[in-house]
Amino acid sequence: MSTRFHPSDTLASWGRVVKARHLVARPRFPDEIGELISGFSPDAPGLAVGLRRSYGDSNLNPEGHIIDMTGLDRMISFDRETGLICAEAGVSFSQALQLLAPAGWFLPTSPGTRFVTMGGAVANDIHGKNHHAAGTFGASVTRLKLWRTDGVAQEVGPGDPLFHATVGGLGLTGIIEWVEFRAVRIPSTEVEGEDTPFENVSEYFDIAAEKKDRYEHTMAWVDCATGGSHLGRGILSSANWYQHGGLTAHREEPRRKMPIDAPSFAINSLTVRAFNSIRHELKTMRAGPYRQHYEPFLYPLDAIGGWNRLYGARGFYQYQCVLPPDTARDGVVELLKTIVASGQGSTLAVLKDFGPNPPVGLMSFPREGTTLALDFRNQGEATLKLMADLDQIVASAGGRLYPAKDGRISAALFQSGFPKWQEFREHVDPGLSSAFWRRVSA
Amino acid sequence: MTGSLAKTPSNRVVILGALSAIAMATARIYAAEGAALMLVARNADRLKGLADDLRTRGAVQVETAVVDLEAAAADAPALMAVWKTRLGGLDHVHVIYGYLGTQEKATSDPAELARITSSNYSTAVQWCEAAANIMRAQKRGSVIAISSVAGDRGRQSNYAYGAAKGGLALYMQGLAHSLAPTGVRAVAVKPGFVDTPMTDGLKKGGPLWASPEKIGKIVRRAADKGGPVQYAPGIWRMIMLVIRTVPSFVFHKTKL
Repeated sequence: MSTRFHPSDTLASWGRVVKARHLVARPRFPDEIGELISGFSPDAPGLAVGLRRSYGDSNLNPEGHIIDMTGLDRMISFDRETGLICAEAGVSFSQALQLLAPAGWFLPTSPGTRFVTMGGAVANDIHGKNHHAAGTFGASVTRLKLWRTDGVAQEVGPGDPLFHATVGGLGLTGIIEWVEFRAVRIPSTEVEGEDTPFENVSEYFDIAAEKKDRYEHTMAWVDCATGGSHLGRGILSSANWYQHGGLTAHREEPRRKMPIDAPSFAINSLTVRAFNSIRHELKTMRAGPYRQHYEPFLYPLDAIGGWNRLYGARGFYQYQCVLPPDTARDGVVELLKTIVASGQGSTLAVLKDFGPNPPVGLMSFPREGTTLALDFRNQGEATLKLMADLDQIVASAGGRLYPAKDGRISAALFQSGFPKWQEFREHVDPGLSSAFWRRVSA
Repeated sequence: MTGSLAKTPSNRVVILGALSAIAMATARIYAAEGAALMLVARNADRLKGLADDLRTRGAVQVETAVVDLEAAAADAPALMAVWKTRLGGLDHVHVIYGYLGTQEKATSDPAELARITSSNYSTAVQWCEAAANIMRAQKRGSVIAISSVAGDRGRQSNYAYGAAKGGLALYMQGLAHSLAPTGVRAVAVKPGFVDTPMTDGLKKGGPLWASPEKIGKIVRRAADKGGPVQYAPGIWRMIMLVIRTVPSFVFHKTKL
């Protein structure tokens, strides 16, 4: 095996629950990929990773080889007339926006952090607040270059079976060298939005249905610490691009950094309750139209570098499911009731309705329905028990979980949630694997 | 390459060793400013990829030259003149290439010792002098070389590299003195620990490790501002002051 791999005990996913040893290589040029993957095999599989914002174990390969792709961060081309842009797999959304935004273009969609790579965006077929209008990132990808561990590199695009396996394919179908996609025009780099409070789950569904036709971006924050008649109270944010503002990119550096892990008592049921109550009051007071730059609107948490350390040294779990339209209302109520009853309240809980856009990848997570995203400080057994209870509700509602957020679901729940997983398996490169894949494909 | 031909570059810049992590970070800052760049390194394919990146990021002109900078140092004056012509002028020259090597090998292998000395000192000063002569004549511009904090005190673990980088800093200091009447700048930038592929294998993390982007900002700024010897980041000035001051009878007991 290449001497370019160095042992590391510090590589972790964003949730920081799993701490394992990996052998890590950091190439800086595409011509290094071939040599690095030449030693990967079914007995010693490798995995390419980006900025490691996936929370669970889909970006981990304990005791195995990891290729950190962030050194492949060159722009290849950008046509300011058509918005067609091509970039190496390690280019971050943040870097791409530095180029796109001042020229009046934007990413077709973006998750709640700009610190994801092109390769990661494809591998997780990421979605954003505009899913109901724009679909997933994969819908805008026109071509990509993929290396298989047998040494063959090829360009694939929409229509090629390998392309549709690679979009949402968790990096298991090959190493992505570069990605070409269509950016979208924006009239300014500001959004004009409003916050609408709702008092319970039922009100959420009514308001969300009404807003989605008028707003390109929607998402709701939900209070997971309050039950009874206020179960699922929260605030729905909706926004459109402002027609008349200027074109300025965000500041590249986070404004603040978490220098150390927070002590474990920093996030507990009391602080979660207080945080949620205060947030509810503040947002309610601000209800009504506002205008702001895209950065605080799309990337509120990016303002604090390493915010994941707020959850302390034991890390935290994310839990994100999607429920089909006909079971979503009852299912969300059940999920929230279970969380409130557990007293483990999620600090950040987000509700959003996905649109009917057909999935691009065999394994794309988004489907028509409602998605609920939660995070729970790792409290060991109690947290695992709560999430197992939530799994039951998701399974009986015919929903599924987002692999990028998961580090523990059973093979059964994964396989029932992703009916095309066996078709996908045919495209998996035998020299690539992850802790997630070994668990769910068993 | 959109509409690049009509634009006037902000600066015309030659970067020697353009494929290193620090060079790339520096070049991206110039590109965003709208500079014209001449990238010099050995690998043609990699230079092409970097040139595409810098054009996309806003450089108004990007030229490349495939040159082995150690082997071609005797031709430095002629090549530097050609590059100036291709860029339509010359504002800044960055000498960034270098070779870390290993002290262990240098101790037993004369070729390794020669390469460390040649790459980090004897050929580097040829390029600096060639650039300085052009700038001395035009009374304008800057020459910036990458030295290292390793050049501040000889240590058992890397004195071949340290001596070469230290010699380079001394050369730049003298060059700055000689250029002072002309207004031309000469600077040695001394980085501390930088998180690049060159240092992969070492245990990293902690406040003393800097990203290539952070060093790139300091290198870019050194073309316009600051004294002839600049630590990157500045905290290393204090650290090295302490390290230089430690008496030998104490220092010789360490494994540094």
